[in-house]
Amino acid sequence: MNRIIKSFKGKKKLLSIYFTAGFPNVDDTVDIIHNLQSSGVDMVEIGLPFSDPLADGPTIQKSSATALNNGMTTSYLFNQLIKIRDSIEIPLIIMGYFNPILQFGVEEFCRKCNEVGIDGLIIPDLPAEIFKEKYSALFEKYQILNMFLITPQTSEKRIKFIDKVSKGFIYMVSSAATTGAQNEFSNLQEEYFKRISKLNLNNKLMVGFGISNSKTYKSAISFSDGAIIGSAFIKYIEDNDIDSIKNFIKKIKN
Amino acid sequence: MKISQSYNVDKKGFYGEFGGAFIPEMLYPNIKELEENYIKLTSEINFKREFEQLLKDYVGRPTPLYYAKRMSEKYQTKIYLKREDLCHTGAHKINNTIGQILLAKRLGKTRIIAETGAGQHGVATATVCALAGINCVIYMGELDIKRQSPNVARMKMLGATVRPAISGSKTLKDATNEAIRDWINNPVDTHYIIGSVVGPHPYPDMVARFQSVISEECRYQLKEFEGREYPDHVIACVGGGSNAAGIYYHYLDDPRVNIIAVEAAGQGIKTGKSAATSVLGKIGIIHGSKTLLMQTQDGQITEPYSISAGLDYPGVGPMHAHLFDSGRAEFISVQDKEAMNWGLALSQMEGIIPAIETAHAFSILDVRKFEKEDVLLFNCSGRGDKDLDTYIDYFKL
Repeated sequence: MNRIIKSFKGKKKLLSIYFTAGFPNVDDTVDIIHNLQSSGVDMVEIGLPFSDPLADGPTIQKSSATALNNGMTTSYLFNQLIKIRDSIEIPLIIMGYFNPILQFGVEEFCRKCNEVGIDGLIIPDLPAEIFKEKYSALFEKYQILNMFLITPQTSEKRIKFIDKVSKGFIYMVSSAATTGAQNEFSNLQEEYFKRISKLNLNNKLMVGFGISNSKTYKSAISFSDGAIIGSAFIKYIEDNDIDSIKNFIKKIKN
Repeated sequence: MKISQSYNVDKKGFYGEFGGAFIPEMLYPNIKELEENYIKLTSEINFKREFEQLLKDYVGRPTPLYYAKRMSEKYQTKIYLKREDLCHTGAHKINNTIGQILLAKRLGKTRIIAETGAGQHGVATATVCALAGINCVIYMGELDIKRQSPNVARMKMLGATVRPAISGSKTLKDATNEAIRDWINNPVDTHYIIGSVVGPHPYPDMVARFQSVISEECRYQLKEFEGREYPDHVIACVGGGSNAAGIYYHYLDDPRVNIIAVEAAGQGIKTGKSAATSVLGKIGIIHGSKTLLMQTQDGQITEPYSISAGLDYPGVGPMHAHLFDSGRAEFISVQDKEAMNWGLALSQMEGIIPAIETAHAFSILDVRKFEKEDVLLFNCSGRGDKDLDTYIDYFKL
């Protein structure tokens, strides 16, 4: 069974952490993943940096630019991950924009993911329609799940379509915004979380964007199956040692 | 060349394999709203009436078609210039912004955002926002703000807020990223006026339609001069490609017309300082569109270079990528120095100081021999006022 599907089998809510591969240093990738697993994180999203991250706020823009300056490339990342499954059991997802994947070759990218033990992909600028028509067969061939986003503006009809195309979970974007930390969620956002949770979708729901502390984390997971933290984590590792990641996670879960 | 093929957009928003809408889900409702409405609303009789009236009374259309006598004699062929440089605000850009502001009003939008490189599209957007009394925010690369201060001042005078794009290389590409991010954060009340035939579907088609007034006028104007509505060659410079799309539009499916696109080679194709996308680009995704773009082997978008800020874009509109790929259009690229020399040549031969972008197009006359009876239609897309500083520096005027 795919590790993502398996991770939802238990009763607990999941905490997923996003980080940009190659940031703060080009060779931190494996170290960060180890520290996340040992800190009790349930899932990791490895960000493949892109020069023009349209859906991202300043924090991830900056980490992506630094990672690229550090020399991170698609092949370099796959090389770092070659032995990752010797020691890492939690699901690993690559999140990246479509152009670098297209240049690598979509099939070759999926094949590589399968080879190193990546369980799924999140490609924010690959629309569900095009994925379904052109790439879903390839993803199936290499047993890679593909997860799609929904937002407060997504219509119910489209959510149901995305629910059909998505495998693994649906990435519920907390607000109409680019990525970035928020201190708390508004009533409107909580209403939206409730509305979606009542739709009884086939996929599990993970809330992302704007989760930065234990307050927003708790609020997010009370209406969903888990939450994803990105920008707040990146800010943390910019200023702190990778060895201290457990402190960040402890604070979120507390 | 397949003559039966259509060079316009298909129902899914593609030109051949180029185009589409490769957008984050956050933008889906905005793009869908536009896609569902742009043809319907712009076909309404009251829209057309208002659009045509403004183009006539406010922009100054139809712009003249001018037979360039001295140039024609020198190059032993018949040269016509479509005088888009005489449009209000100094270039063809305003045809599109007038169309989009009318559309935005009908969609109930109360806030406009736009990106700009050299500032021409920013000025054209600020102008129509003043005209409509709508709040306007223009994103401009921090570097371009420094390079193009007169246009920044014009935008401010017109009431727009100019926000610097401080990410990446701080130029047009990054200003476009910032505008898209703004739209993600303001999905309900805001309309994004893209300035060229780039971006996700329906933008390339919508902007081409608004600019198509150029070739629509050329047809009847050429008929008066030549007794026929079509030229043998239609020639325009291409950055993103909106002035080119406008003057090609009604000739796209006419096999009698040879289409020529002139790109900016910058300091030279092989120098690493170039913007000749058809030579240096590969298929990929930029700003939500599948098209030809300049990128690293790893799919990171690279920085273009051209002396003219309006051609300084790492991609090209999907319509043009398709025209290139299918062989329908002939693409050439010319260097900064050739374009600059044409800026001077056109000034002294015809008394028209062109924008540096526009000057690129005329370089075709140096590399290609035309027949005496050939009718050449050039898009004289913009005037050179904005480029005076560059001309002064270059020619030590």
